[in-house]
Amino acid sequence: MQSRNSSWFLNSAVALLAVSLTWAGAQAQDLKSFEQKTTVKVLPNGLTIVICERPEAPVFSYATFIDAGDVNDPAGESGLAHMFEHLAFKGTTQIGTTDYAAEKIALARVEAANDAYEAEYLKQVGRDPKKLADLKEKLKAAQDEAHKFVIPNQFTEVAEKNGAVGVNAETGLDDTMYFWSMPENRLELWAWLESSRLADVVPREFYKERDVVQEERRMRTDSNPIGRLFEQFVATAYVAHNYGRSGVGWPSEVSQITATEAMDFHKKYYVGANIVVAVVGDVHAATAMPMLEKYFSRVPAGPKPQEMTTVEPKQFAEKTVAIREQTQPIYVEGYHRPDYRDPDDAVYDAISDIFSNGRVSRLYRSLVRDQQIAAEVEGFSPYPGDKYPGLYCFLAVPLPGHTPAEMRDGIHKEIDKLKAADVTDEELAMFKTRTRADLLRGLADNQGLANTLAEYQTRYGDWRELFLQLAKVDKVTKADIRRVANTLFVATNRTSAWIETAPPIADQKSAGGAQ
Amino acid sequence: MKNPTLKNFAKASLLAVACAVALAPAALSAQQSKPWEKIPIPALHAFKPQQPTRIELKNGIVLFLQEDHELPFVSGSVLIPGGSHDEDTAKTGLVELYGQAWRTSGTAKLNGDTLDDLLEAKAAHIETAGGEDSTSLSWESLKGDSDQVLALALDLLFHPSYSPQKLRLAQQQAAAGIVRRNDDEDEIAERESARLVYGPDSPYTRQPELATIGKVTVDDLNAWHDRTLTDKLIVSVGGDFEPAAMEARLRAAFESLPPVKPAPERHESFAGPTPGVYFVNKEDVNQSNIEIVGLGTDRHNPDVPKLALMNDILGGGFSSRLMQKIRTEKGLAYEVGGGYGFAYDHPAAFRVVVLTQSAFTVEATGLALAEIRGLTAEDFTEVELSRAKDNILNSFLFRYDTRQKVLAEHVRLEFYGYPADYLETYKAALEKVTLAELNAAAKKYIHPDKLAILVVGNSPEIKPGLDELKLGPVHPVDITIPMPKPPAETERKQ
Repeated sequence: MQSRNSSWFLNSAVALLAVSLTWAGAQAQDLKSFEQKTTVKVLPNGLTIVICERPEAPVFSYATFIDAGDVNDPAGESGLAHMFEHLAFKGTTQIGTTDYAAEKIALARVEAANDAYEAEYLKQVGRDPKKLADLKEKLKAAQDEAHKFVIPNQFTEVAEKNGAVGVNAETGLDDTMYFWSMPENRLELWAWLESSRLADVVPREFYKERDVVQEERRMRTDSNPIGRLFEQFVATAYVAHNYGRSGVGWPSEVSQITATEAMDFHKKYYVGANIVVAVVGDVHAATAMPMLEKYFSRVPAGPKPQEMTTVEPKQFAEKTVAIREQTQPIYVEGYHRPDYRDPDDAVYDAISDIFSNGRVSRLYRSLVRDQQIAAEVEGFSPYPGDKYPGLYCFLAVPLPGHTPAEMRDGIHKEIDKLKAADVTDEELAMFKTRTRADLLRGLADNQGLANTLAEYQTRYGDWRELFLQLAKVDKVTKADIRRVANTLFVATNRTSAWIETAPPIADQKSAGGAQ
Repeated sequence: MKNPTLKNFAKASLLAVACAVALAPAALSAQQSKPWEKIPIPALHAFKPQQPTRIELKNGIVLFLQEDHELPFVSGSVLIPGGSHDEDTAKTGLVELYGQAWRTSGTAKLNGDTLDDLLEAKAAHIETAGGEDSTSLSWESLKGDSDQVLALALDLLFHPSYSPQKLRLAQQQAAAGIVRRNDDEDEIAERESARLVYGPDSPYTRQPELATIGKVTVDDLNAWHDRTLTDKLIVSVGGDFEPAAMEARLRAAFESLPPVKPAPERHESFAGPTPGVYFVNKEDVNQSNIEIVGLGTDRHNPDVPKLALMNDILGGGFSSRLMQKIRTEKGLAYEVGGGYGFAYDHPAAFRVVVLTQSAFTVEATGLALAEIRGLTAEDFTEVELSRAKDNILNSFLFRYDTRQKVLAEHVRLEFYGYPADYLETYKAALEKVTLAELNAAAKKYIHPDKLAILVVGNSPEIKPGLDELKLGPVHPVDITIPMPKPPAETERKQ
């Protein structure tokens, strides 16, 4: 139930993550062995099912991958995809309700009451506070009436009572993913639950859940210095494309999203052609596929939604953001790069590996070990998404007494070196070896594998690309790295953002009395 | 959804399971047809998790070998008793520095930087870490490199060469963490609530300061290493290796060490928090982090299975009381949960956490307190107990669904001195808990009058104020980071 992009940097300022699911693949456990245990079927409604048999223990994990995220939120409705994702835990016409026929009527009244309230609330001229209060009361009464038919959290309760663990979902800018793990003898029960919520979701308790999502925003973004920094950074880097918009939603917009808007989003994007479901674990494709086909055929067919027309225009002026607050300093900068389909995609991965991977990396050795000005520093890409042109980013955490400007200078020195001279044979070989090994490491985890297979099936139309990408990794040359570095890392393509420490506004005080 | 009380919970086990626990009859409207209950749940496929081989050397060191040939990797670790709980208070942070500088310094033959180059070229890793009750050295590599990487790991274990430069690097990193520790509201709340429970100077909560880490020397690191390497080491290896050869390698490395020292008896007393309301002001947030805390228990306590079920009802998953009330019904929080903690070797904390926007701080605190009081004021229902059992027992096999988890569980039980069949016993005890026992356990362990309430939030936005809780005066908590005086001119020369 999290908004992925805003949570990437949530957990700690110092544990810097730059994990990307699109990490270029590696060689083999191998492709042949996976072809033998992996089955793909496209159903008549366009939905794709991928089953990977891995009978190590009597459990399975699944990932439902929707090729739509907050980048698809209509103007004025930022946070909509994430809001819908929360709705998908609220049940269906059959689960979570005592009487759907009556509930449906009550929910329509909630929607009408909300429309009336919102119309008054948004009036620029002539808004009547008394009328507004009255409409708010009416909205609450309608919600209370609809609530009478609700069995709260019944959908998740049935999953958890049946042994589901890791019940969650993530909404990114590019996509939305639902997932959990379960004992294998609940496969059919899961298929019922999952296909039900995809096909038959009900906008139940929507306005309460909207409050919950706003608390999520307060936690991840407003009350978190790195969350605040990255929201401003990305918003500055983009002028046209939706990547620049808050993924969890701007407060004024996410607080106005309606159930009708969420259901419209569902109708457009939750169609068979836009969904891949991957199941990995103790599952026999021959017997499971017909059963899964029966359940997932309930998902409405529909055309693959049209891709957006907006392309971020070429940046021609350097941009900076300075945040002055009580937090300790942090520095970030980014350069626009192409999307994941670019022929140089693996070259960007090579640059990240050489800049940032481990204590041998150039940035660690330069800024942390030798100059001793940074606690952590790394380069990573793409951010905030990979489906559309994202940013190649650097993030640095200064040591006490050192400044964001020193981080910038230290990073630029390493960039200049990469542009001026070839990387060594050892560095290039290390990138290729580590990429292969990391692909292999990911293959022994049901949930990780389900997520990856679903993503590759969506992004490349073929999960095999997970293995085939290794050929592209192998082809990366020293000249490629220099060429890309010289194109990418130029000042006019740069946005930087940092936090400078400001003195506290006031001393420690008590919140005892209402102040 | 994080559940703080369960996050260190045992994750692996042993037994062959074929449980198909029947769904509890839910007390719901007759109008629901419940189609999901008509879906057959066949018997689970037979499953006998592979147990690691345990070898106890005559000096008391224990080896665990867990073969797993799915992928061509070998990983291992040496777990060494003794951690930050046992360090000198004046040098708090020593073990953290030790854990970092051990690996980055390297060995007499091969310094840390050269070791980095050698290992990364093979996509291999050797790492060291300092924890609360142990330190560890671990390694991982592709099968083809595993002999060489094991040799390097053993060299680092037995012949470390702590370097002043790498200690300094670790001190700088630690200093960065110290000066940043008040940036994130969540980190403040977690740290300060633990200090309320255990006291600020307890080994469980004291924190490194710039002054204490500055006092740590290379001699201290050497002394720590020499002292702890004679304790009972637990060596575990998992992955794609040949067991007879691996056993021979490890015997050759560890069998000649002197007999291990017996673990010292711990004499600790835990008083729990001084009840009351505590407050940390943070001006740059719009959400309050509320923690309601008290003292928990340890896993030796036979009532733990009852408490685990109580926790599931109070704050476990989506259907828990805290979640239903505060998140689903009231829409006041995204993150809410908690329960009565139990650790392996000391009392964990009772901890309930709610994150809500500043203006609703008092309301959300009141609701969480009401749910805590409700644990003893009213009896649980059979439906709740049945659901909690289903939640825990039907997902129990995820504690041992991979060979790595089974191995880690064996190491954990060995380290804390629990029997190897602990998870089986625990599961059997969970199954047997009755409603009367659950009710009695709640009354025995839940004491709302002994809890402390900590709020981290933005004072001017908290309206009504915390005095509206009517729980006595609000105690401000000082979280100022002590900054050492700048050195005088004369000291700066040298």
